Amino acid sequence: MALAAEMAEDCHQPVVELDNVSFSFGDRKVIDGLSLTVRERDFVGIIGPNGSGKTTLLRLIVGLLKPDRGEVRLFGVPAERFRDWHLIGYVPQRKAFNPLFPATVREVVLSGLFGRRKLFRRVTRADQARCRDALEVLGIADLESRRIGALSGGQQQRVFLARALIGNPRLLILDEPTAGVDEETQDNFFGLLRHMHQKHNMTFLMVTHDTERVRSYLGPEPETASGRLSFYVRHSHGLEDCAETDLLHTLRTKEG
Amino acid sequence: MLELFTAGFFLRALAGGALIALTAAPVGVFLVLRRQAMIGDGIAHVSIAGVALGFLINLYPIGVGIAFAVAASLAIEALRRAYRTYAELSIAVIMAGGIALASLFFTMGMGFSVNVTSYLFGSIYTLDDTDLAVISAIAAAVLAFAVIFQKELFLLAFDEDAAAVNGLPVRIFNVLASVLTALVISAAIKIVGALLVSALITIPAACALALARSFRQALGLAVAAGEIAVILGLLTAGWWNLAPGGTVVLLLIAMLVVALAARRLSI
Repeated sequence: MALAAEMAEDCHQPVVELDNVSFSFGDRKVIDGLSLTVRERDFVGIIGPNGSGKTTLLRLIVGLLKPDRGEVRLFGVPAERFRDWHLIGYVPQRKAFNPLFPATVREVVLSGLFGRRKLFRRVTRADQARCRDALEVLGIADLESRRIGALSGGQQQRVFLARALIGNPRLLILDEPTAGVDEETQDNFFGLLRHMHQKHNMTFLMVTHDTERVRSYLGPEPETASGRLSFYVRHSHGLEDCAETDLLHTLRTKEG
Repeated sequence: MLELFTAGFFLRALAGGALIALTAAPVGVFLVLRRQAMIGDGIAHVSIAGVALGFLINLYPIGVGIAFAVAASLAIEALRRAYRTYAELSIAVIMAGGIALASLFFTMGMGFSVNVTSYLFGSIYTLDDTDLAVISAIAAAVLAFAVIFQKELFLLAFDEDAAAVNGLPVRIFNVLASVLTALVISAAIKIVGALLVSALITIPAACALALARSFRQALGLAVAAGEIAVILGLLTAGWWNLAPGGTVVLLLIAMLVVALAARRLSI
């Protein structure tokens, strides 16, 4: 975004760039000529009514959909040639999963590590330790062996966040993470995101219905708009340098 | 009667059945979790068309059946991508096509109707060494795939989008999984018959899902359920001279009832 760009220091590279991107389902145009730059350490909140293309936009960004026109770049690399998926953590819509699925919290969180780099490799002791760290940081260590479908909405949300964080991503993408959980849980969850944004070298892209919380943290006015989508942005300067830090480790030492 | 249990054909039946149960169960868990339980029926009916063609042109029927099944599984996977929200639609179309083709081939060669029935209801006692070798090779391939890629298959079943965002080659995995499913189904046809094949795939998974808390547990329980049903079923069928495929499937259904009752008691 323009403002963020002016504020950004040299080390704040573009993380996500959309260059005149359009996408249609059949003859219904969902995204029309959207250009957007998300820089390192931005927190971008995307707000729009149902059917305004929020989820479509996220799916375009993570490469699940291909744009009809225009280009998506991740960390400076065109999305179709992008290979460093471990830099991206993804928190899906909670309602998208089958509550009867036989999966323990540990299995779900560890699956955040299962990418191209982990093919033909075993789950190591170090992986298990990271999993425990992630669970501890999010305060759900005692749920490790529970079946995920048996947990409350707020707990499931933390499990999915732990899965996204276990690989120590630089970009966290969240698709309506607070849908269907109570107010207090939403406050806790948003507080956690805010803390991570202020203290850690991480960039956030969040789609949400939650206009109030987005405005209270990211400012009252959207930075840009496209169609019925509004983009709220806040840049963070909390970190002195842009050296890479292990999120789980720093989170834990700061909290404990 | 005891000499039956040591007869070569019966031992071959036991070995073939045990191998199929070992592979059909994990495949079933994966398919059921992806809401593709009906795929077994679809592929089996196409495979039968291949078997019929094999008899017609005098080629190894199971081989032609396998080729048809693989083609069908790839077509289903392609259609699944085209109609993402209606996965079952693609299966219905393929299944209808298979039955139609099979009925054509049946009527083109009226003379082989006896052999074809044995593929509809299974003919486990007629397994020969070639069949057993084919079944063993398929079992080895499927088990190797399931063991090597267990963690990736978990993620693919649990959240296909997250698998893609993690950078897994989702399309390649889906195609491989479809092909291996087709192999298991065409091999299982000889054991329980095309009409009952999907039972061998889905019911052990159903038993496991009623009780399992983790994915690993689900795989283990499904294999256990499949093995118990096949071995116990074949022994029972041999002892009382019953239809082997039907006995195995009824035993599986009995086990599912027990598993569901056990779950109700534990909750």
